[in-house]
Order: sequence, then C-alpha cells, then structure tokens
Amino acid sequence: MKAKLLILILLVGAPLVAAQDLLITNARLHTQTDAGVIESTDILITAGRIARIAPRIPTNKMIRIINAQGQPVTPALFAGVTVSGLSEVEMVRESVDSSYSALYTDLMHPEFDVRLAYNPHSSVIPITRVEGFGYTLLTATRGDRSLTGQGGLVRFDGGYTSFEGQPAVFIQTSGSSASKSGGSRVAHWMLLQQAFAEAAGDQDAELLSPAGIAALNSARKAGIFVFAADRAADIMRVLAFIDERKISGVVHGAREAWMVADALADAGVPVILNALDNLPADFDSLGSRLDNAALLHEAGVSVMFSSGETHNARKVRQVAGNAAANGMPHSAALAAISTIPAAVFGGEPRGVAPGARADLVIWNGDPLEVTSQAEQVIMGGIPDTMVSRQTLLRDRYLPENPSLPRAYLQP
Amino acid sequence: MRRLFAALATGWALTALANPFPSTYQALSSTGTLITNATILTGDGQRLDQADLYLNEGRVAGLGESLNVPEGTLIIDAAGGWITPGIIDVHSHLGVYPSPGVSAHSDGNEATAPVTAEVWAEHSVWPQDPGFTRALAGGVTTMQILPGSANLFGGRSVTLKNVPATSYQAMKFPGAPYGLKMACGENPKRVYGGRKQAPSTRMGNVAAYRASWIQAQRYIRDWEQYEQKMAKEQSSDAEDNGNSALAAALIKPPKRDLELETLAGVLQGEIIVHMHCYRADEMLTVLDMAQEFGYRMGTFHHGVEAYKIADELAENNVCGALWADWWGFKMEAYDGIQENIALVDRPANGCAVVHSDSDEGIQRLNQEAAKAMSKGQAAGLDIPPERAIRWITSNAAKSLGIDSQTGTLAPGMMADVVLWNSNPFSVYAKAQQVFIDGALVYDRDNKALQPVSDFELGQLTGASR
Repeated sequence: MKAKLLILILLVGAPLVAAQDLLITNARLHTQTDAGVIESTDILITAGRIARIAPRIPTNKMIRIINAQGQPVTPALFAGVTVSGLSEVEMVRESVDSSYSALYTDLMHPEFDVRLAYNPHSSVIPITRVEGFGYTLLTATRGDRSLTGQGGLVRFDGGYTSFEGQPAVFIQTSGSSASKSGGSRVAHWMLLQQAFAEAAGDQDAELLSPAGIAALNSARKAGIFVFAADRAADIMRVLAFIDERKISGVVHGAREAWMVADALADAGVPVILNALDNLPADFDSLGSRLDNAALLHEAGVSVMFSSGETHNARKVRQVAGNAAANGMPHSAALAAISTIPAAVFGGEPRGVAPGARADLVIWNGDPLEVTSQAEQVIMGGIPDTMVSRQTLLRDRYLPENPSLPRAYLQP
Repeated sequence: MRRLFAALATGWALTALANPFPSTYQALSSTGTLITNATILTGDGQRLDQADLYLNEGRVAGLGESLNVPEGTLIIDAAGGWITPGIIDVHSHLGVYPSPGVSAHSDGNEATAPVTAEVWAEHSVWPQDPGFTRALAGGVTTMQILPGSANLFGGRSVTLKNVPATSYQAMKFPGAPYGLKMACGENPKRVYGGRKQAPSTRMGNVAAYRASWIQAQRYIRDWEQYEQKMAKEQSSDAEDNGNSALAAALIKPPKRDLELETLAGVLQGEIIVHMHCYRADEMLTVLDMAQEFGYRMGTFHHGVEAYKIADELAENNVCGALWADWWGFKMEAYDGIQENIALVDRPANGCAVVHSDSDEGIQRLNQEAAKAMSKGQAAGLDIPPERAIRWITSNAAKSLGIDSQTGTLAPGMMADVVLWNSNPFSVYAKAQQVFIDGALVYDRDNKALQPVSDFELGQLTGASR
C-alpha cells in the first residue's frame, strides 16, 4: 500500500496576504509540455499563475507552502464531453437543459447555446473537481435534429461565466440518431448541406432562422464542429464534409477511427473517444477495439478522451489509464485528458509552464492509476477545499454509533 | 421448493420435479496444473506470497509452498503474477441485452405487466453475445444474468459459467439456485405509472408486492391441502378395498401457475431474492416485508444508499451488490458515494459485493473493486487487497448461493481461477490466463485460446485495405 500523502498547508506569516501566492515543493511535475516530467521540483505560483519552476525555490515567508512529498503534480484534468452544470439529475427532466426537441419551429438551431443554462452551483461540479478535474467541454446533447446546438469549454472554478475558447457546434451523423430526422443518416447530410448553403447565402433560408445563420457563420469562421460518428465510412464522410466546407472539425465517438487513422491524421482532425469501447455496441461500431487510442496516436492523430458520463465524469481518468494499459504512451494518455482538449477547443494552454494559469492537481500516485487519489486540487492558484456533497455524506456516515440521528451531524 | 415439488410429485405434474431446462454444462478438458511463484489471494481474506496453486480434475487440489504433484503435471511459472479465484458478477444482462444492442435483441425486460415472476431470464439469453468473451478476458468465470428492473417482480435469473456454448443450458452453473429479480422505487412506478396503471407510487409498489406474496401463500396452501387429501385417501385405501382410489382420482389438483411457482419457491427458501433497490428507507421496508411473509432477503442490488444502513444489512445477513462510483443518473441515485462498498463491508457480518450491471464494467470488475478499495482506504478503513477481493469472489458466490463450490481457493473447490500478470488492483493489470473447472479457457498470449462469437466472425472483411 502506498503511504497516504500528507499535505501540509503552511501559513507562514500573515494569512490574508496574497492568497493566490503559493509554493508547491518537491513535486514530480508532469508538465505536459516539451519539458516532460521534472522530478523533485518546486512550483511557485503568484497571482494565480505559474511564476517559476525550479528546484528549491527560496521561500518567501509570506506565502503558503504545500509539500508534495515527491508525488505527481499534473494540470487539472479534462472531464470529457459532459453536461456538467446543465444536468443535476439525469432523469429529472426539469433539471436538465442540454438538449432541445419538439421545438415549435421545424428549424435547425445552431444558436441553441447550452452555456446560457450553465449553473456553477450544481453539485456535479465540486464532486468532479475534487477528483482532479478542472474543466470540461459542455455539449448540446441529442434531441430531434441533426444539429444539436452549441457549447464550449468551461472551467470548474465556480464562476458563472468561466467559459473559454471557441464555440463548438455539435452534429449527429449516425444511423441511430437519424430516427427523428428522416430515418436515414443520408438525411443528416442532406439537411446539413442545405443549412451550410443557407448560411453561405447560396440558398434561401428555410432551415435556419436569422440567429441560426449568424451562429452557423460565426462557427464556420471561428468555431469548431464536433461530429458524432463511429463507423469508419461515416468518419470518411465527415472528413470530406470538413474539407468541402473548409471548417475545423473533431470526430466524437470514433469507435472505428483506427480503421481510417491515416486519413484522420492527414486531415489533421482530432478525435474524442472512450478507450473502454471494445464491443460491437451497434452496427456502426463492429470494429471497436481496446487499442483504438494507441493506434490513432501512433498514426499521428490528436486523441482526447471522454467517458460519455456527466455525473461520473471522473471515470475518464480510468479511461485514460486503460488506454495506457493497452499500448498508448502514458504521457499521450495523460495529454488526452489534460492539454489536448484545451488546445483543440481554443482554451488557455494547460501545460505547466511559467505564465500558465495555475490549475493543478497533487496526486498520491500515478494520475492514471485507479487506486490514486487527487490529494489537492488548485484552481487559479487557490487550493480547493476538497469538499463536495459526497464528501459531506461520507463524513456524516463514517462515524460509528452516533449519539444523535445523523441529521445533526453536519461535518 | 422441496415441499412444493413433493406435492406436485403426488399429482400429475411430474415434469415440474426436474428442471425442464436442465444444465448440460460439461467442463472443458483439463490437465493437472501447478501454478508456481504467485501471490495468491484466496478469496476468503487470506494472502499467500510466493505460493503455488495446484489444480487437478477440475478442482483446487492444493495451495501453499513446495506442493507434491504427480509426474506429467503442467507447470506454469507465474513469475510474480497474482492469482485470484475466478471473478463473479452477480448482476449482468449479457445475453439478454447483448451486443449489438439493437431493438431486436432487447430481451431483458418483459415490461408488459408489473408482476412477471413467470418469465425466466435464461429464455432470453443469446449465447453468441460477444460480451461474454470480453468478460472472460477480464477474468469473469461466473455470472448471474438477471431480467431488468421495469417490473416489481421481473422474473427468474440464471447463473452461468462463462464458457462459450451454443445454448445457455450448456453454460448453466450446475446446481446453482435460481434467483428472483425484484425492483423497488422509480423504475416500476415510472414504467406503469406512465401508462396510468398501478403502480404509480412507492406505496403502490409495496401494495403490489404484498398482494403477490399473499397469492403465493395461498398457492402453497392449496397444494398442501391437495397433497393432504391425496395422502388421506391413499392411506385409507387399504381399508376400503379401493373405493378411496376412486375418490383420490376425483380430487382435482390446483391449477399450475408459473408466476406463483416462482414466488412460492422464494417463500420456501429455494429461490434467492435479488432486489434492485437504491434508497435506504425502501430497503428497510423490504426487510420488514420479508419478515411479514417469512422469506429471507438475499441481495440488494445497486443500493447506492446502502452505506446508510450498513449495520441493518449485516444484522439481517443481506448482501449489497454495489457500484464503485455510479450516481446521479436518477433521483434515487442522488446520494451515491464512492465509500459505499467499503462502508457496507465494515460491519462484522457485512457482505459487500461489487457488481457491474454493464457490459463494460464486467470486463474490469477488478478495477471497480480497486476504486472502491482505495476510497475506503482514503477514508481510513483498513482494506488490504486480500479483503477487497472478497467483493468479487467469495461474497459474490455467497450472494448467488454457490459459495460452497466457487469463489474461494481451497482444496475441493471448483478450479475457477485467474492468473493476473500483476496486482489486479491496478488499471494496468491484465488477466493472463483464466481457468474454469480446471480447464484453461482463456490465454492472453494464445489467440487459439480466445473465443470469438459467431456474430463477430467475418465482420469488416469487406473493405480492401
């Protein structure tokens, strides 16, 4: 058993001075930059950003110190493609805002922007954050149109508008998603071609409202399109569309992506996948296999991971671990849930380097190992309380034989 | 169901005596095997370092150091690998919700009435589900296949050995008791309430369970009375020169009822109840109901609030089959915590089981157990691997009523064994070899010992590459 890491938060001097100034000592730093892994280093954080990375940085008596005791430090991780802050309880419909269907119009709505409903007070966010996660890609989930709406990166710092990067527009292409748009994936492409033609002014507007045209044009110029596609043939169609329309795109799902890895690499199109997908879940994914991520990485494709879950988004760390266990280099698997998603979707760089925002995690072991825990999350240089609704429930039920009903136990 | 079967035997229904869908399972051929130089987690809380395990004639024949084995024994050097009992998943829908998950394959929920105790999951099992082969690669040797949770009484479960076969009969774990799937809470009331029929509330759920148990009690009584009448006529037969034989022939047996046969099986202690139940308060209601009708509650499945009543579960000898980290997908799963399994394991008689309910989770129950173990450790509970492995071996076997046959590595037990390349409580660990009844049924290094389902054969050969 690994010894439990004891983190000391030392407040030397006046406690209220420069709360964002922090020194992490003796870290095994996974920079996720060209600097690689740096052993036994200190990390100085001032004003919420990385100021210096060096061994034994002289201590200013006025700042907090956390001794990492040689344990790994990584960027705060990417929680995958989720509806965090958009869904409190998945099956309580009134608490979910991530999709639209049966809208009063028959239009497509690229202007349906889920960020308008984002709630940083959702219990999901601290529950995810305390496990070492600092940001996610908010998605518009499947409704009854091919184009499900738009979202983008959001940082788990508790802000109401902590959005980053480009708008991401989400598009369905699979057979199973076609039931409400004509019963064929052909209809997806037919409608999508028409919508793009309308936005370009090549056709009269029939599928898009003026706001929709503006949103689609804005995304064409400065946004990114996320295509849900698993089947190799569908991925090839996505690549052709991206090329035709001169847009930037990402393939999400990508279960058979390994079969067209070279085409993805040549097109420079990244993929978001779940490295645990290894079953023929449907006829779009007969080629699913555990080394999908490893093969894509080897071919030069940028790979990101998503577990497909929101409440249990923290599982994406296990996803990355399994990718590493199935042939993907450890650093690439870690990059897939740390730096790459920010880079692809236009967020602030997540690599740990001077000038970067100090969103970090101190672990008690290999960050991709299922038995490792996030010991301390740091967002913008501020150590998180590491408290969530779940840690409070745990602390309420952990004591044995309480003298009063547990409702009186408010940890 | 001994009493009921005895009653039936006196009447017309001799077929009910024997299982109409009997197991035809036969172990694959095996050879005496000695695995040396391994860390062995026995499944019942012990750990042996640098030890050997001897399998012979389908059984565990010895474990320890310097074992004497006959000449001709196959010797496998584990070279520092780890050995555990074969992994057991008490909650799987493989075969009944197989891959590919097309609607034509959706055979897990007979969601046409809230009480369908008459259906048997095995009649939905598609043995060609590729999920079985993936689970095998994860070290799963035994699984309970359950109906879904749409219904209050969902039907009978079946316990299978994870061997490739063309029929479920050839997978059926010999002698394993049947289970009865029941469900609490949101699912039944949503499915039927949504159709404006009962139940639409939790109180409606409980009323309907109780009404069914009352019918089952009546059914048992009817058969007993029939049996008594027959016995009386037969015993008086000798005295009245055959008049009673005529009278006996005129006594009509009660009508056989498949639904009530299964429920009666529970009340008579022959069928184990596996109940989908999330909330602590509902589980306590069910424990009272079990007392009212005199049956033993077996295992609560999912139980995301089981940690709130860990002591009550232990006192009642009830297992909790739980997830490591699922929560929040529905209201009754809102209070899920990652220490659930460790807290249910804490009381002296606690029976914590890690289950999957997932074709992905079943492939890596060792990782699920590892997550739960490490969360328990982080909360200050002392849970070494030799304790945590019980959650997916011996405790799971106890939940299924097969703990005298599998789930622990002790002489005489079925040789259901996994050889891992390293400590299985790690994301990097892989099942290297899997043995079922002593036969090597999976070998990570030998393609010839990696079964492929008929469905997967020849797929994706169209495109020239």
